[in-house]
Amino acid sequence: MTAAEGGGRARCRALTAKGERCRNPAGPAGLCARHEQRLAEVAADAAATDRAGAETAGGPDAEVAEALAPFLGWAEEALEFLRRRLTGDYQVDEFGYDPDLVRHVLAPLLRPLYRYWWRVEVRGLEHVPDAGAALVVGNHAGTLPFDALMVALALLDEHPAHRTLRMLAADLAFTMPVVAPLARKSGNTLACSEDARRLLEAGELVGVWPEGYKGLGKRFRERYRLRRFGRGGFVEVALAAGAPIVPVAVVGSEEIYPMLANLRRVARLLGVPYVPVTPTFPLLGPLGLVPFPSRWVIEFCPPVETAGLGPDAVLDPMVVFDLTDQVRDTVQQTVYRNLATRGGVFL
Amino acid sequence: MTSATGRRILVTGAARSTGRRLVTALARDPAVASVVAVDDARPPEPFGAKVEFLRVDLRSPAVVRALQSTGVDTCVHLGVTAEPLAAGGRASMKERNVLGTMQLLAAAYHAGDLRRLVLKSSTAVYGAAPGDPAVWGESMDPGTPRHGFGKDSIEVEDYARSFDRRRPDVAVTVLRLANQVGPTVDNPLTRYFALPVCPVVFGFDPRLQFLHSDDAQAVLLRAVLGPAAAGTFNVAGDGVVLLSQAIRIAGRPSLPIPEPLVSSVTELLRRTVDFSPEQVRYLQFGRVADTTAAREELGFSPARSSLAAFEDFAATRLHRLVTQERVDRLERDALAALRRAAGWLSGGVGT
Repeated sequence: MTAAEGGGRARCRALTAKGERCRNPAGPAGLCARHEQRLAEVAADAAATDRAGAETAGGPDAEVAEALAPFLGWAEEALEFLRRRLTGDYQVDEFGYDPDLVRHVLAPLLRPLYRYWWRVEVRGLEHVPDAGAALVVGNHAGTLPFDALMVALALLDEHPAHRTLRMLAADLAFTMPVVAPLARKSGNTLACSEDARRLLEAGELVGVWPEGYKGLGKRFRERYRLRRFGRGGFVEVALAAGAPIVPVAVVGSEEIYPMLANLRRVARLLGVPYVPVTPTFPLLGPLGLVPFPSRWVIEFCPPVETAGLGPDAVLDPMVVFDLTDQVRDTVQQTVYRNLATRGGVFL
Repeated sequence: MTSATGRRILVTGAARSTGRRLVTALARDPAVASVVAVDDARPPEPFGAKVEFLRVDLRSPAVVRALQSTGVDTCVHLGVTAEPLAAGGRASMKERNVLGTMQLLAAAYHAGDLRRLVLKSSTAVYGAAPGDPAVWGESMDPGTPRHGFGKDSIEVEDYARSFDRRRPDVAVTVLRLANQVGPTVDNPLTRYFALPVCPVVFGFDPRLQFLHSDDAQAVLLRAVLGPAAAGTFNVAGDGVVLLSQAIRIAGRPSLPIPEPLVSSVTELLRRTVDFSPEQVRYLQFGRVADTTAAREELGFSPARSSLAAFEDFAATRLHRLVTQERVDRLERDALAALRRAAGWLSGGVGT
């Protein structure tokens, strides 16, 4: 109708009502004053049409407009997001967490996996506090840390307070190109006591997977048998901050990449902890990277309070050992229970 | 403060931008009786009244005489440089930074009237590595041996601390400043953002902190003229800016360089940017320092956040290629086109 591509630099880019090029000199926006005004009117009209369409259901026009409305809304949001990205108009926190990116790009990318591929069922969300610091501690499996991502998405989407899980990740993540900035932007930081303490003191919900690579990279035949929970560093951090520990048990992650063997020599060559051989990888090449569609159950367990023990408890190794074992046991028992009641692995 | 006649202050590195502005501001203050400005380069314009300029190297005996004879009560050491090329090579840079400080502090040890030492250090002491904690506190140990400017700064700070032990009557304030930006600042990082295309390490997007030059001057003035506050303080604008974000605010396109090629690109840019190797690591891994101590113990909060400081620098110094207006216009055009398409679709199907 009005604006079209092309036109000289100094001339207006729009076409006149007769379909000829407008010959008026262009303003700063590349349009002459008349067409700029016209464009604004058209935009306002279109917006009004959308609204009218949404309000008065019925009639083929309105139906199509209604069907298009969500798409338009989505496009509007996407364009707005792109503008913010192109001009640097967003804010990350001191750890590099970028809520804008998570909301508009990362979470939407993971959501189909969560809902339709792994059909995650979440239990015990009421054990995660609505506000304030807490340490979420879970089992770790599946070669790639999808279990951590799914727990984070469960808390973001399904928890009533839509909490962001700030996870503590292995240092390898921060040396790898592309992965390093994504890890930070999605709210994670290095697994060290300084960072964990700082996050808990700021009242954040912190996630930790104490088994680390030993849990992630275990063979399929050892599935759901939890490894050692580190040296209990997570308990010390929780004790120092007086934050409750919320154990979380994930069932389903072990089957996404069933690891039959570990190519140790290749792993050493590449400087990574393991290179898995699964039924499809490396046999099918990149296609082998598609995870198996197992059914998942994520259960948050009742919190273990640490505030009552006082900050001096950190100095007592026995308290730390006991709490570490208690948390590990809770996760292990919950995993076994949910395994028994899950039914089929894939259906 | 110390005497009825007013403060006597010696400033090293006085001919460079931070030093010049500090000396001018100090000379304007009624509480200051005199300023001895020391540098081995001549300032672009001469200093005003109350300022005595000594064009000498820190390692020369003239500095010893100046420190000991004129009853200097405060020494402000700004003479640590981060630019190897400007200093005449890395070896010469180290010589000036570390040996210069040694000589200055050796002379200061015998300066009987000295009550305060202010050292301008840098958050570069923390280095930049993937295994670093997200936020550095002053008491955390950066650990691993480092090189270049960061290592110089660590050694200079070590000399200052050992001086602190030997002269308990002197309050030693160490200010670890984040990278300065501002309308008149000229350093490797400001020159980097002024490049037509900003090279970045592929797959990395570090967190950076900036300190506006006005805030840098304010904190130095606070340390020199305010109540004595001994200790080490990180000073940076609030918040962080990602490198990608900074490049977009600067309105530059970025050019990702795969990690193995980074050192050759740095070599190519050496003449214009004068990066030392650890500054390249900084642009790969970034660093953030905790400024709580400066706020609570020194009572200093910067007027500008990291983002605001960088925006001021970009607005006053850079000609943006990608401007806010152009992006806004694109967004408007795309939206209008979408709406038209939607209008056409719903109209066309209906009839």
